[in-house]
Amino acid sequence: MTALILRDVRLAARAGGSAMLALAFFAAVATLVPLGVGADLRLLARIAGGVLWVAAMLAALLALDRLFQADFEDGSLDVIALGPLSLEQTSFAKIAAHWLTTGLPLTILSPLLAVLFGLPSQAIGALFLSLLIGTPAVSAIGAIGAGLTLSIRRGGLILPLIVLPLLSPAVIFGAGTVLSALDGLRNGALPLLTAFSFAACVLSPFATAAAVRLNLGS
Amino acid sequence: MLRYANPARFMKLSSTLVPWLGGLALVALAAGLYLGFAAPPDYQQGDTVRIMFIHVPAAWIAMMAYGLMALASLIGLVQRHPLADVAAKAAAPLGALFTALGLITGSLWGRPMWGTWWVWDGRLTSFLLLLFLYLGYIALWNAIEDETRAARAAAILALVGAVNLPIIEFSVDWWTTLHQGESILRKGGPLIASVYLWPLALMALGYTLLFFTLWLLRIRTEIMTRRARNLMLAGEA
Repeated sequence: MTALILRDVRLAARAGGSAMLALAFFAAVATLVPLGVGADLRLLARIAGGVLWVAAMLAALLALDRLFQADFEDGSLDVIALGPLSLEQTSFAKIAAHWLTTGLPLTILSPLLAVLFGLPSQAIGALFLSLLIGTPAVSAIGAIGAGLTLSIRRGGLILPLIVLPLLSPAVIFGAGTVLSALDGLRNGALPLLTAFSFAACVLSPFATAAAVRLNLGS
Repeated sequence: MLRYANPARFMKLSSTLVPWLGGLALVALAAGLYLGFAAPPDYQQGDTVRIMFIHVPAAWIAMMAYGLMALASLIGLVQRHPLADVAAKAAAPLGALFTALGLITGSLWGRPMWGTWWVWDGRLTSFLLLLFLYLGYIALWNAIEDETRAARAAAILALVGAVNLPIIEFSVDWWTTLHQGESILRKGGPLIASVYLWPLALMALGYTLLFFTLWLLRIRTEIMTRRARNLMLAGEA
């Protein structure tokens, strides 16, 4: 399983890897928002949590269609399925690799962008923490969508449509954490986000494996 | 229940059921509408209170349709009954339709009552997300060519959505209580007077019957389409 994770991480990091692209996309979207709503730092600080959360989620979704697609097309997915790992374990490894190459780098980049949005330091900490905890849920639920749309030629547009509504709790809790930190409040957003993320990571490999299995036709 | 999973038996049973259900639906809807228009205008909302009779049942059916779709998906996934797959597929556009109807009538009601077409209230937002869930389900079904494969993929999606729906509902409610102030939107008074309750109940009954009529009709259409296609394929071969 570790070998599979490492293989996927290496693939993403090298030639035309999705990791750098997702980061660049994230930064580009975050740059466009002030151009759209104006440069008022008070307003930007207010919306930073939501904007960065949505941008990070879209960036992570962009890399999702590569999750199984490339392996499916060149046949390595069949080889992996025949190997010693169950499809559930494979799905978990894929989710982990996807998170390591998109969710984690996005989280690490986010404080920098948050500074550009004029977010005060306690809210930056909350944003970092919420992304660190919440992005695994994006990878996990996204993987279900990637598994379901595996055999579709142009699955690129369907994938976000089926995944985004399912991810709305992550945005709500994630951006809610930042907002309440901004107001100096304590509330239940972060524990709820943690619960959501854990549940997604535990349950998703089973749904993902079922989806992949039916597309492999076994 | 599973005795009727045989398509031939289902076709026979549904062909007798559809006219009855449809007739009853028409009667209930006509009576409900009549009572609805006969009811006195609300002391606060005036005549717009009548929108409730077409709005609230639509919302109920929209949720019921998702439940039935998920149930049919589960049966289809576990028992591999083609009829259950067809039933789930047929429920989705109806659910989307009733969701859209609920959103539109709600918006029309919100304009005179709240002074705005749309509020980011918990109910409204979670219904909008429900609509997207339906649309994603329909899109997924249409995108996969192989029918059994499409059925199973869509069933997995429907079940994942069914698990996630309560969480979405909860998170959206929680989100709106976080942002206090914009939306203190509690309907009418504490209790609905019986002049309003009766038409509402009749309309709810009518909507439910209408849903089942249309659902059965759609399932029948789907089965007949598949039969026709099989006949055509057999003719070509």
